[in-house]
Amino acid sequence: MKPTRRQLLIGGTVVGGGMLLGYATLGSSRPERAQALAAGDGEHFTTTWLKIDPDNKVTVYVPHSEMGQGVHTSMPMMAAEEMEADWDLVQMVQAPADDVWANGPLGKGYILGQTPIPSALTGIVDASFFKIAEFAVGQITGGSTSVRFTGQYGMRVAGAAAKEMLIRAAADKWNVPESELTARLSHVHHEASGKSATFGELAAAAAEYSPPGNPTLKDRKDFTIIGTSRQRYDIPSKVDGTAQYGVDVQRPDLKIAAIRQAPVFGGSVKSFDGSAALAQRGIATVVSTDDGVAVVADNYWRARQALELVEVEFEDGGNGSVSSETIFATFHDNLENGEAQEDVEIGDAVAAMADGGNVVEARYEVPFLAHTCMEPMNCTVEITGDRADVWVGTQDGLTTRNVIAEVAGLAPENVTVNTLMLGGGFGRRGPSASNHLHQATKIAMQVDGPVKLVWSREEDVQHDYYRPAVAAHMSATLDEAGQPTAWVNRYIRKDEPAEASHIPYAVANQSIRYVESPVHVPYGAWRSVAHTQHSFFNESFVDELANAAGKDPFEFRMSLIEDKPRHKAVLAKVGEEAGWGSPLPAGHARGVALQQSFDTIVAQIVEVSIDETGAPKVHKVTCAVDCGPVVTPDGARAQIESGVIYGLTAALYGEITIEDGAVVQENFPDYEAVRLAQTPEIGVHFLHSDAPFGGLGEPGTPCIAPAVANALFTLTGQRVRTLPLMNHDFKAGPRLASAAD
Amino acid sequence: MTISLTINGKRQELDVEPDMPLLWVLRDELGMTGTKFGCGVSACGACTVHVNGEAMRTCALPVEAVADAEITTIEGLNGGGPDLSALQQAWIEHQVPQCGYCQSGMLMAVSSLLAENSNPSDDQIDAAITNICRCGTYPRIRAAIRSLATA
Repeated sequence: MKPTRRQLLIGGTVVGGGMLLGYATLGSSRPERAQALAAGDGEHFTTTWLKIDPDNKVTVYVPHSEMGQGVHTSMPMMAAEEMEADWDLVQMVQAPADDVWANGPLGKGYILGQTPIPSALTGIVDASFFKIAEFAVGQITGGSTSVRFTGQYGMRVAGAAAKEMLIRAAADKWNVPESELTARLSHVHHEASGKSATFGELAAAAAEYSPPGNPTLKDRKDFTIIGTSRQRYDIPSKVDGTAQYGVDVQRPDLKIAAIRQAPVFGGSVKSFDGSAALAQRGIATVVSTDDGVAVVADNYWRARQALELVEVEFEDGGNGSVSSETIFATFHDNLENGEAQEDVEIGDAVAAMADGGNVVEARYEVPFLAHTCMEPMNCTVEITGDRADVWVGTQDGLTTRNVIAEVAGLAPENVTVNTLMLGGGFGRRGPSASNHLHQATKIAMQVDGPVKLVWSREEDVQHDYYRPAVAAHMSATLDEAGQPTAWVNRYIRKDEPAEASHIPYAVANQSIRYVESPVHVPYGAWRSVAHTQHSFFNESFVDELANAAGKDPFEFRMSLIEDKPRHKAVLAKVGEEAGWGSPLPAGHARGVALQQSFDTIVAQIVEVSIDETGAPKVHKVTCAVDCGPVVTPDGARAQIESGVIYGLTAALYGEITIEDGAVVQENFPDYEAVRLAQTPEIGVHFLHSDAPFGGLGEPGTPCIAPAVANALFTLTGQRVRTLPLMNHDFKAGPRLASAAD
Repeated sequence: MTISLTINGKRQELDVEPDMPLLWVLRDELGMTGTKFGCGVSACGACTVHVNGEAMRTCALPVEAVADAEITTIEGLNGGGPDLSALQQAWIEHQVPQCGYCQSGMLMAVSSLLAENSNPSDDQIDAAITNICRCGTYPRIRAAIRSLATA
């Protein structure tokens, strides 16, 4: 029976003697489009996740970008696990940037399109599944979603369905019951007769069956690929210089552009004179992108040098007098006087505060942060007639395609986006952070042939989409036993994820509310998004409460998560691994923090001291992580290490300040990053719990700033309520009283 | 002006401005893109190559300054043979790279360090390897260096 492509299920198709398997998507045009895009002569397919060739090779189409998180390896692992494929015979392909490979296909079709959820999926649909709908129109790699959503609901299901179809093909071929057959290492075996066939030999026959509606997924205890560390596919090309990032694109007659943007956000080019630049060697043209001026040349350095000769007058868009000082003053004014919107209201916190007790109050602030991906922003565009070809490293190829089509006035299907390796993402190359894409397109519209726009590091630091600066006014009341009875938080800006501002602690009365206070500084998702600011506020403030109660901060937290078994297990684990309470060298102290993010719970304990210059030194970071099953332990550990170091850079040095409406910092010398010498020893311990798959790209980041600040309080008695730490002077050193925790 | 350069053992003549940084000669004149642009001010190390065996950052290094030198880039780190160097193999063994963008420069800096000091202490590693990696692969870089260190 031929698969019915419109039924929104998994569809198998015969291709070149093998099989393609994927989610058929809405609408009749998509299979044809997919075929036109990627299938060869006589091949047919739906939205493809898996391909089995006659020679027994399995190809997994991964609709996510590789930016070092290992998604090009973890996704195929999840498919291969359910399929019972031989890992050595599995390869991957980055899915093209076309809506047939949108990675929220299910959500869009079923939720936005008012299509009922097909019975086939009801068994695997849960609340978190619906979150996919938010990403449905894109192809986003972000929100720590790949394993949680695409892996769980796409790769595993497709793999399991493929296995069932292959077994059925073997059963029919050998005339034996399916129950007597097993799939193992890319073969189907019939033990009784000793018959066996490769997946490749069975694939064409298997593709003729209707795919199973609700394939049985393996029990976790039977995993043989998930939970093992496999070498990442992308690493070999990253040690010999052959990996191709967006900035490495070479095309015949390629021109290269350098840009100077209006310094004030919202500003624009009023006028410019490029004549002096044009007289220089290798310069093709000088053009405006409305928000900047670009010099187009045959070599980046020539373009950059000539850019210095362009005389340009910018408008400031009315924001030329804004500074960090005015921004924070407005925040505090709005927190005191603005109308606060409800986030969490439990009990009656205001009444509980009025009842008295031991009241603790504190104001917190965090600054804007840039991402500073190692690869500066860039994008290559070639417009030919009514079509465009694009080469770029992006966290969302599909949205990139649509953005460029809109700017160029082209039909999206006439725009081809080639997604290359990303030299860092962290949210900067996400779907809404597209100023470099707009500019590259506008330049290409004014130039014959392909043009590669390459930003300088200065432009990257000064024209990012920033982790927002925000502030919070916190207060709480402790009863006579030192337990909190009310928790009140008034903070600036409701951000994503919505739950980032919530606390896991059992406080009977909670009032968490926010005030919107718009700024002209562009907003961006920054690794772990709102968890960075809220974890610093909440985990510092809970430490303040422990101190006010005269209690050990670790035990204080423990006493407030009695009804949260996962949190409790994570905190207990980190305490045990770090040896909380055990003796430390003189001048050292520990701090702890706990945060759930992206369905993963992380606790960290850090050990700090103060160096001879009065700066904090982080010696050791111990992490306990409950992300449910761990797909690839070594890669998972790498993501937590990475998250810790990214967060430590921000905690120690991260601060983008605004003066005269523009960013003050320019480059690494004034926007520093942790290097080897500042890197602590990092221990990572996974709980391997029964919880669902959690994200790992971001959850390592939120805890580190509050954990370090809490340790510094224990060590010095100084409570840090603003970041970065480099703005604080710890020269006074450890307090005389015992610094032991 | 014509400048002759010896890159990965191959001598070539180029018509470039003497003050063009070596990085842009490599990337945009020769199409050798393994050496990366990170900051333009010699702060991050992504553009590190070997000049007469010594690690040097090239984004602000005028090409005329290396006209008579032996230049080795990431493309020549394995000596031009078919196999990866022991250092590159250690990088794979320890699964060091994440996004990978800084790793060309890291590998060039580390190979220069190990050529000078086959068994560097932690402090010596910290002092010599000041390249930036925003993915934070530092713990693995240290582990990979240690695995190669010989007393």
